[in-house]
Amino acid sequence: MSDDAFVYVTYINTTPEKVWDALLEGELTRQYWGAHENVSDSDWKVGTKWRHVAADGKGTVKHVGEVLENVPKRRLVLSWVNPEHAADQARYTRVAMDIEKVGSMVQLTVTHDRLDPEMRKRITYGWPRVLCSLKSFLETGRPLDVWAR
Amino acid sequence: MPVTRIDVVFKALADPSRRELLDRLHARSGLTLTELCSGLDMTRQAVTQHLAVLQEANLVAVRRQGREKLHYFNPVPIHEIYERWIRKFEQQRLQALHDFKTKLERKRP
Repeated sequence: MSDDAFVYVTYINTTPEKVWDALLEGELTRQYWGAHENVSDSDWKVGTKWRHVAADGKGTVKHVGEVLENVPKRRLVLSWVNPEHAADQARYTRVAMDIEKVGSMVQLTVTHDRLDPEMRKRITYGWPRVLCSLKSFLETGRPLDVWAR
Repeated sequence: MPVTRIDVVFKALADPSRRELLDRLHARSGLTLTELCSGLDMTRQAVTQHLAVLQEANLVAVRRQGREKLHYFNPVPIHEIYERWIRKFEQQRLQALHDFKTKLERKRP
């Protein structure tokens, strides 16, 4: 009954509002996501497109997808694919971000499924770094050097 | 309530049975308790207790699917240890030492 999902959980000493904004506002994502931005031209409305862009001056698009669910400050579900495979529905992966208040903290759960081996390799490298950086950014104002080797 | 204090993580990792459970979940994620127990030299009750410690340390995440509880290895706390204890201590030199050790050990008959 095993499935191909990856589940990442982190507890952050902050509020659900701050986590929500940090995930969706390009200005904020850029600060902890190694100069990458999450961008929506349609205010993250369900059924609209979103993209993950490098703030490298050229605006290189790293991932694209669609907003599948949006429950403000609680749950965001996105489809997520490499732009070169954007025409192929079978290549789309799915990311659910769940925000829950636990005492004075926020539990952020990222569930990424429908993965192919290539995407699995990328996300298992990326998500722990990005989430640790987000936690550090929200708690101390200092993000981590996400893509350092 | 789950906490992320680093001592809880180290304590959870200090037990070989719990590390074995993490290895199993790393190899194959989304296992039920029954699947986790199969082929293990541990009672179901012991596995349940170890899983509780691992969940407390946020090393195992649980997702409900219908009536089943699926278990996932959550590497985020280990990454925090990595950031705190390894990355800032000259990772490249540590890597070189590690490679050197591996090379020497491979040469042994």
